[in-house]
Amino acid sequence: MSWLLNLILILIATTVVAWVFRFLGQKFTHNKPFFRDMPFVVAFGYVAGLLVLIAAVSYYFRPVEVNGVPSAGVIFFRWAVQGFIGFAIAAYLFRLFGRAVGTAGTRKLFRAMPLTAAFGVLVILLYAIVSIFAGSIAPYGQEEIFANANIVPGGNPMMGGDPNFPLGTDQIGRDIYSRLIYGAQNTVGIAFATTCLAFFVGGSLGFLAAIVGGWLDQILSRAVDVLMAIPALIFALLLMTIASVWSNQLGVDRTIFMVLIIAMIDSTRVYRLSRAVGQNIVVMDYIEAAKLRGEGMGYLIFKEILPNATAPLLAEFGLRFCFVFLTIASLSFLGVGIQPPLADWGTMVKDLSQFINFAAFAPNVATAPLLAAGAIALLTVAVNFVVDWMLHKSSGLKD
Amino acid sequence: MGSIFQIILQRLVLGILTLLIVSVVIFVAVNALPGDFAQAILGQGATEEAVAQIRADLGLDQNYFMRYFSWLANVLTGNLGISFAQMNFASNMGGDQLVGVVEQIAPRFKATMFLAGVTAMFAVPISITLGVLAALYRNSIFDRAVNITTLSSISSPEFFLAYILILVLAVLNPIFPSLSNVYEGMALGEKLNRTMLPALTLTLVVTAHMMRMTRAAIINLLASPYIEMARLKGIKPMRVIVRHALPNALAPIINVIALNLAYLITGVVVVEVVFVYPGIGQLFVDSVKIRDIPVVQACCLIFAAAYILLNLMADILSILSNPRLRHPK
Amino acid sequence: MTEQLLKIRGLKIEGKSDEVWIPIVNGIDLDLKKGEVLGLIGESGAGKSTVGLAAMGFTRDGCRISGGSVDFDGVDLVTASAAVKRNMLGKRIAYVAQSAAASFNPAHRLIDQHTEAPTQHKLRVKAESELDGMELYRRLRLPDPDYIGFRYPHQVSGGQLQRAMTAMAMSCRPDFIIFDEPTTALDVTTQIEVLAAIRDIVEQLDTAAIYITHDLAVVAQMADRIKVLLRGDEVEEAETRAMLSAPREDYTKSLWAVRSFQRPAKPAISAGATPIVSLKNVSAAYGKSPVLFDVAFDIHAGRTVAVVGESGSGKSTTARCITGLLPPSLGYIEFNGEVLPLDYRKRSKDQLRQVQMIYQMADTALNPRSSIGDIIGRPVQFYSGLTGSAKRKRVEELLAQIELEPGQYIDRLPSELSGGQKQRIGIARALAAEPQFVICDEVTSALDQLVAEGILKLLSQLQDDLGLSYMFITHDLATVRAISDDVVVMKDGRVVEQGLKAEMFQPPHHPYTDLLLSSVPEMDPDWLTNLLNGRGVDNIGDAAVGKM
Repeated sequence: MSWLLNLILILIATTVVAWVFRFLGQKFTHNKPFFRDMPFVVAFGYVAGLLVLIAAVSYYFRPVEVNGVPSAGVIFFRWAVQGFIGFAIAAYLFRLFGRAVGTAGTRKLFRAMPLTAAFGVLVILLYAIVSIFAGSIAPYGQEEIFANANIVPGGNPMMGGDPNFPLGTDQIGRDIYSRLIYGAQNTVGIAFATTCLAFFVGGSLGFLAAIVGGWLDQILSRAVDVLMAIPALIFALLLMTIASVWSNQLGVDRTIFMVLIIAMIDSTRVYRLSRAVGQNIVVMDYIEAAKLRGEGMGYLIFKEILPNATAPLLAEFGLRFCFVFLTIASLSFLGVGIQPPLADWGTMVKDLSQFINFAAFAPNVATAPLLAAGAIALLTVAVNFVVDWMLHKSSGLKD
Repeated sequence: MGSIFQIILQRLVLGILTLLIVSVVIFVAVNALPGDFAQAILGQGATEEAVAQIRADLGLDQNYFMRYFSWLANVLTGNLGISFAQMNFASNMGGDQLVGVVEQIAPRFKATMFLAGVTAMFAVPISITLGVLAALYRNSIFDRAVNITTLSSISSPEFFLAYILILVLAVLNPIFPSLSNVYEGMALGEKLNRTMLPALTLTLVVTAHMMRMTRAAIINLLASPYIEMARLKGIKPMRVIVRHALPNALAPIINVIALNLAYLITGVVVVEVVFVYPGIGQLFVDSVKIRDIPVVQACCLIFAAAYILLNLMADILSILSNPRLRHPK
Repeated sequence: MTEQLLKIRGLKIEGKSDEVWIPIVNGIDLDLKKGEVLGLIGESGAGKSTVGLAAMGFTRDGCRISGGSVDFDGVDLVTASAAVKRNMLGKRIAYVAQSAAASFNPAHRLIDQHTEAPTQHKLRVKAESELDGMELYRRLRLPDPDYIGFRYPHQVSGGQLQRAMTAMAMSCRPDFIIFDEPTTALDVTTQIEVLAAIRDIVEQLDTAAIYITHDLAVVAQMADRIKVLLRGDEVEEAETRAMLSAPREDYTKSLWAVRSFQRPAKPAISAGATPIVSLKNVSAAYGKSPVLFDVAFDIHAGRTVAVVGESGSGKSTTARCITGLLPPSLGYIEFNGEVLPLDYRKRSKDQLRQVQMIYQMADTALNPRSSIGDIIGRPVQFYSGLTGSAKRKRVEELLAQIELEPGQYIDRLPSELSGGQKQRIGIARALAAEPQFVICDEVTSALDQLVAEGILKLLSQLQDDLGLSYMFITHDLATVRAISDDVVVMKDGRVVEQGLKAEMFQPPHHPYTDLLLSSVPEMDPDWLTNLLNGRGVDNIGDAAVGKM
């Protein structure tokens, strides 16, 4: 209960300091608008923010080891902060680079890019490179089994590590570092293929429904409504149950079924969006002018409608990719997605999850599952940052 | 008032219709199994009686229509069948104390509702407050920080957030247990203690979504001409928000809450698996892995029904809170 | 000696566009005395609304006051604190917005929003304020003044809402009110009501006012003095009568002269001549709701038929029937004596070519992703089969015809052009098909008066050069007077009256035509007074029945 008391005391102290801060600010700057019009909540916010900053910095500089026992909390915190700052600097340099080098078009793009979007683009590029060139980058194969299993990450032989396996090996004896790299190829590659399929099917049907209208639109939209009435993950799990039986019967890889199932479920969302976008464009006068000319369907779709739909479609592609990627990772984590021995981040998290329990006294060990899960999170965050920027740009909101 | 009743009635009917059609979809999906699936599922240890029982129970001797209607009739009277695992277990062990799927699911369902309730209790007030503050102080450092945090939160898979929370709150600082094995009859305090981590994980995800949607809705609202008019009348800012913005914000915010509670249903599955929480989500996943069809079917139906119900409520509540519909011309 | 109320000196306002601050208003001076009405006039982009809001010390998101002072009764609103400004707003300075429907909170009753300002500023208690509101409603001649306040905004019509908003602005008896284009969004017949109401109450309560508008005739009725703005700069200021009779600056002169363009009238049509387009008792419906009833009129070669009516009269629907987008449910359409297939999909390429349409909003009429060359080139290619350099040559010819320098514009995108230029491209696109008949659907309604003038002159020239026939859809009678040969008046989906232009503008008329004609403001400061006296003040409600 003492922590509650402490919390209340801190809140009271912050309130008092905030009031003093605003008062002094008004006095010493002769009532400049910044202080004069400052509501109390804002003053409180500033002081509270400062307190958090001070607490974080002091925690950062606590000793890493106390009497030979590593203080895991400090170690993890430091890693997190270093990672954050590292990424911020990398994004800044990347944006600087992009503003100086390239064609006039890309330079203009980079000039308008906020730091978060630059970070996003950088990460996406890195992942793309790793997933395409996985074979050349990874030191070992993804299925290669070595005699020495359960080697600890860190490469320190005294702690149980092995310099040959910088991130250690799992229970079966496979190199975690190589599997992480191949995981990029597998998870990201499969997710990308699935999204493309969903987009192709959902997008064309959506546009068709928008242009043709009538009973085709009605039938498709009702069907999509029903399919969307079942939550996506649940539906996927249901269908994967059926598929797993069929997969054994027919001898077809379960992964193929998964791709088809997720593509179908996701195409419903793409259908909704492309239909809405299509409808917005189809009511424009220039479409009517083209129709009255006697233009055919093909010309209408490719020359008049599609060029005006690229912005929202591109943003939706990003969002859909994130969703598909997370669904595949979750399915694999639950054990019904990508099957072993293919290296996949979701499955890796599941397999390595118990290592987290050792975090308190052997922080290095706990990194393995966190790295796999983090790899998933990082890509999704990056794509979301970029999509966020694209949507912000196209909506033209005056902030 | 007549027309508003009509609209709500229309939506209700539509919702029920959707549920019926969804049940057909689930039925069709399940019946797309290959003919000898009973054998395939039960594997080597399948006994003759178990297989025959399954065939009889699922009415595989009747044609599709009869099968569907008898299944539907059963569902509506509360009989969701018997799980395969149960059947096999019982026939192997020679007992006839078959526990129906309904009895299996009921306690799990209650547990999941408890988890969802605790989550909602945290998530709703936090996300609305944060959303409103972020909208009011748009583009301040606070808003930008909140934006980045929530974006990262909704982008991360639930198991990532779960493991981070386990790391910080269970392993490094043993505040909460990392395994949430609650059971019926446990004291409320202990129950809450064990439910806290999964609830916090879910809160992180759901709050992020709700906060962003609330912020967007309020920003949209604050750009309305009537808000500008209120300011130009010299009304105090707090009063502008409370009397002018809030009544019109009710509809979009309620919509946001209902939609996100519906989203909660999906998130619950992964979180229950990570924390081994005995809810319906974990039951669903386990049944999927052992291909226990009746349980999978039943869970699917329950999830879909809850999802449809929540979407329906969101729809109806937003109609009710639209002043133009409440006071027709 | 009337005291000075408002003194604006050197006002500079900037707006944010793509992260850069650009000037919107470049140093304006403005004086307002107690009880006088100043008209602020200018075309779009002149900065009138921005100046009006700045007179309250208020800027919209994305704008800021970068210089100058706004002195209201001794307080500089530019440097005053938020609390001081809030005290002034509503109590001593009030604002009436352009769209009343958007400016009222849909969740609260009208009277509650009316009483909010006086109670907040501690001028009256709620009950007193409600009674005062009903009294104001009565003075503004709103129907049912004691009960209308208890309605919600969406239950009340546009013209009534605008007057309710004026009442709300008056609720604290402010020293002055800013009227920001209050009648621009209203129909011409509704506009009269609101103008009369505003003018009367401003006089009765001796309130000063700044009246912002782009309509010259309206400002002539309402203001004591007029100030002209052009792109953020002041052009001229003078008393109303003086400025109307003898404007000094060229720009002001050009604004005043806008309504002087008129084509010479054509003689009557010889009997028995085949019209180029003939509507034979056309009735049409959208799904189950009928929209056109027995519409019949002819358009003869080389002539312009103006189809006039207010919103909802069925003018645009008639155009859709002619082009074949909405097949009529009864009746048919003839082109040069031949019956046209009702649905455009069943027409031949040549039949489609002969009927072209130009749209009102150039933003939605041109594909934003196509270059000008492509927009004009496509119909050239589609109809005449020209490609390559022959096509380009033809496109350049067309650009010259619409008075745009070909080299400059052929590779540009529509977003780089102004509204008037985009409308010219729309004309070129129609001409590219070499049609005989062109439908102009409100093509000048969205343009500033000077630019609109240019378009009308161009269309007139093209008719002479190419022998085109026009169906000109509009709600603006001044345009009708300028370019039409024949006039068709429509109301509620029916043709109410039709005939030669000369005949239409002289009595006797169908009563609706009479109403339309008389509701158009003239450039005479006494016009409104005369009109009201002529109609009899109490009859205004009756005359506009069905519209309000």
